[in-house]
Amino acid sequence: MPKRTDIHSILIIGSGPIVIGQACEFDYSGTQACRVLREEGYRVILANSNPATIMTDPDFADATYVEPLTWEVVSAIIDREQPDAVLPTLGGQTGLNIAMELFERNLIGVPGKPEMIGANAEAIATAEDREIFKQAMLGIGLDCLRSGTAHTMEEARVVVDEIGLPAVIRPAYILGGRGTGIAFTAEEFEKIASNGLTASPISEILIEESVYGWKEYELEVMRDHADNCVIICGIENVDPMGVHTGDSITVAPIQTLTDVEYQEMRNSALACIRRVGVETGGSNVQFAVEPSTGRQVVIEMNPRVSRSSALASKATGFPIAKIAARLAVGYTLDEIPNDITKATPASFEPVIDYVVTKIPRWAFEKLPGTSGVLGTQMQSVGEVMAIGRTFPESLQKALRSLEQGRLGLGCDPAEQQLAGLSDDELLAQAAIPTADRIQQVGTLLHRGVSIDAVYEATSIDPWFLDQMSMISEERAVLLAATLDTMTTRGWRRAKRLGFSDAQLAHLWSVAEDDVRAARESAGVLPTYKTVDTCSAEFAAETPYHYSTYEDESEVRPSDARKVVILGSGPNRIGQGIEFDYCCVHASFALRDAGFETIMVNCNPETVSTDYDTSSRLYFEPLTKEDVLNVIAVERPEAVIVSLGGQTPLKLAGLIPPELVAGTSPDSIDAAEDRERWNTICDELRIPQPPGGTAIDIEQALAITDDIGFPVLVRPSYVLGGRAMQIVHDRNHLARAMEELAGFGSLGKEGGLSAERPVLIDRFLADATEVDVDAIRDHTGEVLIGGVMEHVEEAGVHSGDSACALPPPTLPSWVVEVIESYTIAIAKYLDVRGLINVQYAVVGTTVYVIEANPRASRTVPFVAKATGVSLAKVATRVMLGATLAELRTEGVLREPVGGHVAVKEAVMPFNRFPEVDPALGPEMRSTGEVMGIAATFGRAFYKAELAAGNPLPTTGTVFLSLADPDKPAGLVVARRCRALGLGIAATEGTAAYLAAFDSPVDQVVAKVQEIGDDGEPGVTAVDLIADGKISFVVNTPRGALGRSDGEQIRKAASLHRVSCVTTVHAALAAVQGLSEHEGEVLTVRTLQEYHSVMDTVVDAQTGSAAS
Amino acid sequence: MTLRDGALVLADGSVFEGELIGAEAAITTGEVVFNTVLSGYQEVITDPSYAGQIITFTTPHIGNYGVNAADFESRGIFCRGIVVREMARRHSNQRAEGSLDAMLQQHGVPGVAGIDTRRLTRILRETGAMPGAFGSASVADLRAAADAEPGTDGVDLVRQVTIDQGYTVAALDPDSRTRIVAIDYGMKRNIAVNLSRYGTVEVVPATTSAADILARRADGIFLSNGPGDPAMASYGVETIQGLLGNVAIFGICLGHQLLGRAIGAGTVKLPFGHHGGNHPVRNISSGKVEITSQNHNFAVDPDSMSGKATMTHVNLNDGVCEGLRVDGELAFSVQHHPEANPGPHDSHYLFEEFAQMMKHSSTAGAPRGSR
Repeated sequence: MPKRTDIHSILIIGSGPIVIGQACEFDYSGTQACRVLREEGYRVILANSNPATIMTDPDFADATYVEPLTWEVVSAIIDREQPDAVLPTLGGQTGLNIAMELFERNLIGVPGKPEMIGANAEAIATAEDREIFKQAMLGIGLDCLRSGTAHTMEEARVVVDEIGLPAVIRPAYILGGRGTGIAFTAEEFEKIASNGLTASPISEILIEESVYGWKEYELEVMRDHADNCVIICGIENVDPMGVHTGDSITVAPIQTLTDVEYQEMRNSALACIRRVGVETGGSNVQFAVEPSTGRQVVIEMNPRVSRSSALASKATGFPIAKIAARLAVGYTLDEIPNDITKATPASFEPVIDYVVTKIPRWAFEKLPGTSGVLGTQMQSVGEVMAIGRTFPESLQKALRSLEQGRLGLGCDPAEQQLAGLSDDELLAQAAIPTADRIQQVGTLLHRGVSIDAVYEATSIDPWFLDQMSMISEERAVLLAATLDTMTTRGWRRAKRLGFSDAQLAHLWSVAEDDVRAARESAGVLPTYKTVDTCSAEFAAETPYHYSTYEDESEVRPSDARKVVILGSGPNRIGQGIEFDYCCVHASFALRDAGFETIMVNCNPETVSTDYDTSSRLYFEPLTKEDVLNVIAVERPEAVIVSLGGQTPLKLAGLIPPELVAGTSPDSIDAAEDRERWNTICDELRIPQPPGGTAIDIEQALAITDDIGFPVLVRPSYVLGGRAMQIVHDRNHLARAMEELAGFGSLGKEGGLSAERPVLIDRFLADATEVDVDAIRDHTGEVLIGGVMEHVEEAGVHSGDSACALPPPTLPSWVVEVIESYTIAIAKYLDVRGLINVQYAVVGTTVYVIEANPRASRTVPFVAKATGVSLAKVATRVMLGATLAELRTEGVLREPVGGHVAVKEAVMPFNRFPEVDPALGPEMRSTGEVMGIAATFGRAFYKAELAAGNPLPTTGTVFLSLADPDKPAGLVVARRCRALGLGIAATEGTAAYLAAFDSPVDQVVAKVQEIGDDGEPGVTAVDLIADGKISFVVNTPRGALGRSDGEQIRKAASLHRVSCVTTVHAALAAVQGLSEHEGEVLTVRTLQEYHSVMDTVVDAQTGSAAS
Repeated sequence: MTLRDGALVLADGSVFEGELIGAEAAITTGEVVFNTVLSGYQEVITDPSYAGQIITFTTPHIGNYGVNAADFESRGIFCRGIVVREMARRHSNQRAEGSLDAMLQQHGVPGVAGIDTRRLTRILRETGAMPGAFGSASVADLRAAADAEPGTDGVDLVRQVTIDQGYTVAALDPDSRTRIVAIDYGMKRNIAVNLSRYGTVEVVPATTSAADILARRADGIFLSNGPGDPAMASYGVETIQGLLGNVAIFGICLGHQLLGRAIGAGTVKLPFGHHGGNHPVRNISSGKVEITSQNHNFAVDPDSMSGKATMTHVNLNDGVCEGLRVDGELAFSVQHHPEANPGPHDSHYLFEEFAQMMKHSSTAGAPRGSR
């Protein structure tokens, strides 16, 4: 059946900001869907609050709403656009939830309203409700986990008699999973169950059969409306059940199931999607398999594209989201051609002749207080994928892709960390799933601990363990060899097991370059194979490759003009989708300009690793060895290193300098090297906060003796404020220096050395922080892309701070000074392309904090706010175009004004209730949203709503302020009162407000305080827990006395009460509330904002020649 | 496993270096083919349709889950050898009863590992199945052996794999009175298992005459899969001609091709055949797509069928005829493998259709011929 002609316009709901569990895989799927549906001639309307995405580029939809993702706002968009259909299955859980909220209010999916395509409300409810799902599965004869609920110990014993031990006990209505436990014996069961009954406010526990340690599998299924079903990919988890699949190392294809077992699983997955009733599109079905019996149990099903479907798409070359979008508008699988073979239809099941390994990346080092133990709730912030012909090869490639200082499975300097542990200690550690487990297992096998013992401890399937032990056995062989005795066959065997040149260099204590030279002279070079969905059964011209060491290379590089773009690797806090956006834009811009583009990246979630994005895609680790190999085979005229964040920038000095596009590696270093940077600022007469560099505590103390406390301490060459802190005294300084040295978490990212010293600067209290993105071309013209004023004061990491464009409070003369400084710095560094400069404004002084001649996190935000595609313009400039030429070409347009855009950071604290949510100099946000409106207040209101931190229009505001913040707090209290909100405050704050005739409604006790009657007084934590507070303003009191406030902030985070931790944010919030227009927000498309050409071109966005 | 160096040489002179696995042999020759299944190596290796062939697995890791008695698809191994990228040293699965390597040794089947099987597959994809030789012998000797290997063209492989004596598989339902005669051209075990759900299965050798078969007064005749060129099994065609019109007939793979030839249709050799578990096939009457298990180098030419039979199934990758129904007769057949093992179960319904057809054949009354 051809596509539907009864619908003409389709609303796609995006997934909003990047959060843990919902990352750029939904930009990948959404971007594909937008593209496809427009190709099919539909009017595409997109709602997504995340400005850093490719999909929210105005080119990708007919109407792009960068607006908060709440059902009310989406309903306003529906009213305005009157779409014929809503596609809710491509925007993750967010998209699905909003669709369900709209459906429950009869706003979609009912007669007379937009139709739901992809999955209907009943199907979504069947898959999402645990109990309905279980009954549905049992109804079609599939096995599910045995479970039951109990309200008394008697009931509990009956249930556990039925399901057997071990059993998991979960108390009902307990946030954060507290009280959950596994009972292996009857005694344990008695204890955990009775504790659980006590802990649960409704005295209810769920008792469930334990599948801890079972094997875990996922199947990606697609179905069309004619009921044709195919499996796209089977995934096997290396980490068994008990670790969330998003936190597990996973492998495709499935390795340890017989065909009989696999077909049983396949039949179950097909029965599942049919029963749930997903009409068209992709779904993910998860299974647990008991290793000793082979019993298969359905765990859950996601009736939408997911993180796993993005992984499956990259793993097989079958674009699930693209096909899902086509199925949603009426095509059947057999009507859609397979993208890759062109000759065969999409109604087939991909087969692959390689092994894919995915490894998550976590950010525990940024979240002190977390245990680092992996469990059933996802905690990772990103992932890498690697492709090799075998599991050992792909595992080692994936481990070096992580960029955490590991060169592979051990055989590197970092393995020393485990040297002090006995085998038993190491086995005990490996029994607990953590981020380090894979390396612990590698070390155990290397030491010769038996596979059976490691299996006993970890439940990792012996097949995987045996494959890993091949790596350590080969290592022993290699250790007996030297550079000179290595034979061609020896090299080949080592490389086929995934050993990197750097590992071999470590093993033999020689330079990596010498290893490379010896290997190359032995004739052992990587070959590049093709991802083709069919294991070479059919001819394919897919431009999607991976390296391996085989006989035949399939890449035939062309003679065209070529540019290599180095991507940004795994998402992590501080380096995420913004940089992928820049790399993708670079690829688009260069393709438009007639270049062939070659993308190198290892992040399976991204648009950059869609084989459609560039002329050729190399799915490879971003290491010196792997990147030089791609350069050797492609012979590009330039390599772009400055758009993917710190990852490619670090490689700039390791590739031939004449290939580096844009600003020279020397200029990049001049901006990074403290001494050289000081000289530049002195020569340019641009003030800096006083400070210096230190490699040990003595040097550090010499600096603080000179400039005094507080100081800002930060390592050089890292992104995201890693280990950055504000230090108030000498003891604190000593602790900070210690943490930065050695094998601390930072050691993994390069450590501390004379080349990489610590920067110590005077901390500028109460300064306004400003960010500037600019582009300079080779004629010297500088384009100021945007000047952004931060809402939070300096001291809060720029990535965690809200910011506004244009600057709402900076005097125009200050903006002019900032622009002049930026132009002077760009000129001095001879920048060709982007530069980001950060300033701190104190009174009438503008201090420069740092300059980075590369793309910044704010580039996509500025582009969405002004309509100027900075990344595209910068890319062309790097390759020699001038701004004037790009204006003529139409690539560079005039920026638009007349509105205010606010970017707000989205924090992961609700996943980590043990972490203090106070903002500081270390970045911890995972994503961002944008609010755009006519005024700052309204834009801020939207941004907070979009960030999940809605400003209260009713209820009580709780204030607890540090002394210096009290005057501003007074203003906040008065404005809140005027808006009709109640006020509660801690004693000190209340007394201060009362002194200025602003009494509060309720004074609360300190958290640990006992009232006059001997009973504990009502605390802020109690009020928050009871739902009596709608907004918390709590500012930390310097280095001391944080504990009380910390508990208040944690309570707000746990109970999802909006909270701000700086007085500047509180002031912005009251401004937002006072400008708030009422219940219905005004929504407008980016296309409308960007077409406002009649407004005066802002002084700050004008360009100036230098 | 101790490593033994070895090489694979194709008739076109291509040389692949690797290590020898399985049974020891200086030189093993055969027609080199590939199969793209992700799981199910044991079923493939024990499928008699691979007689005379060396099977290349495109999936790199083979042997991971071991082998077991239940997954044998026949009484032994008929392929000449296997080519893999990586042979598991240690297997892991609760169903495993031994290792693949040990099974190969036990059955005297050699193999070669460490091969760039993708390069090999890309060659075979262009040239079609090609003679080749592997082993510990010198490359020159292997090349000579590859050149001397006749391949499977013009060879009657069915006689090599069919059974000498018939046997009976009891019906799953002891009360069933339905009787099926299955002609074994190299039949996979799971076909008999599937048929036994509908009745007692009497398996007979490929050369059994039509008269002998009809004398058994079965409700249905099944034509099995098997190796090689259908033109080489002319005795099979004659037998089927003698059966047509007398009883319900269902054929799979070679059985399908023989049925086609029996009604006068032609068969053609495909450029590189179908060997995998992921081929989309459309059931023309329902329009639905089934994912199928495939293993054949020849196919019925649909143009030659007109007026004699109707095409019921088509391969969506290349339009090859995947099924036919003989006009005016209770006889149908498919090119793919509804019995799976390995592969998806999407086409299982075809056995049910055969069962329905047998009912019709029974209720239609005896005298369709000799009944």
